[in-house]
Amino acid sequence: MQTDWGNWGYVALFLLIATGFAFIPLVLSPLIRPRNPNPVKQATYECGIETVGTSWIRYYAGFYVYALVFVVFDVETIFLYPWAVAFGLLNWFALIEMAIFIGILLVGLVYAWKKQALRWW
Amino acid sequence: MIDTLFFALVAAVAVVAAVAMVVARRAVHSALFLVVILFCVALLYLTLSAEFLAAVQIIVYAGAVMVLFLFVITLLNPAAEQQLADVRSHGIVAAVLAGVLLIEVAAVLRWGTLAGQPASFPPPAVPWSDNVQAIGEGLFTTGFLLPFELTSVLLIVAIVGATVLAKRRL
Repeated sequence: MQTDWGNWGYVALFLLIATGFAFIPLVLSPLIRPRNPNPVKQATYECGIETVGTSWIRYYAGFYVYALVFVVFDVETIFLYPWAVAFGLLNWFALIEMAIFIGILLVGLVYAWKKQALRWW
Repeated sequence: MIDTLFFALVAAVAVVAAVAMVVARRAVHSALFLVVILFCVALLYLTLSAEFLAAVQIIVYAGAVMVLFLFVITLLNPAAEQQLADVRSHGIVAAVLAGVLLIEVAAVLRWGTLAGQPASFPPPAVPWSDNVQAIGEGLFTTGFLLPFELTSVLLIVAIVGATVLAKRRL
């Protein structure tokens, strides 16, 4: 069999270039930069305070709400995606349908917001 | 030919990542290897011309589910590596279950049918179609209004439930 790859070649190309864009400077910079370290330069932050202890700590459980709210709006994206792709073929009814969908979800977001579930402290 | 090569490459990466996931000492590393596996599965969906499924795989599994996994790992004590040693004793059970699954997959490939067609490897070529567009058209024009809007009610229940649970803990 032979899969019709369509435009996925371009997607792969984008993926390659994006990955290279991030990794090539990382690999290249240690090779070409001058190397004369001193304690000040080796500090974690050039300005600001030193970190204390390990970063492998237990995090505050309240942050889990952010993850759950993110998951909800992630699932919303799944419905937005085919809707947006097929938008040219749809009529105004689909627009209202999606507006109601997002509207109901926004009520949930406003609820979480009003209940101060999105506060950092 | 290039399909088989691509499949072999992606499958090999997935298997190596799966082994690394099981062997990794830190739970966070296991989770990151799981992300690699999920991306490989998404690529395999692409080879089956199921690009919507591939997108959902990345958005839901590599995105949402992994975020939940990583949050759970950071909410537990991530430094407790020795706890993973207990998992090793489940190796026999895991091996038996994996063996049963392998037999099951082999049986499906040998005798299974899909829409009346016998299953085969490599799968038969599917004529390319914009199935994301087809799904969007089917979902928003043909009588799925109520199930679709009910989905948003289901999601709002999730938000409210998460908020109530988190507020009770504070």
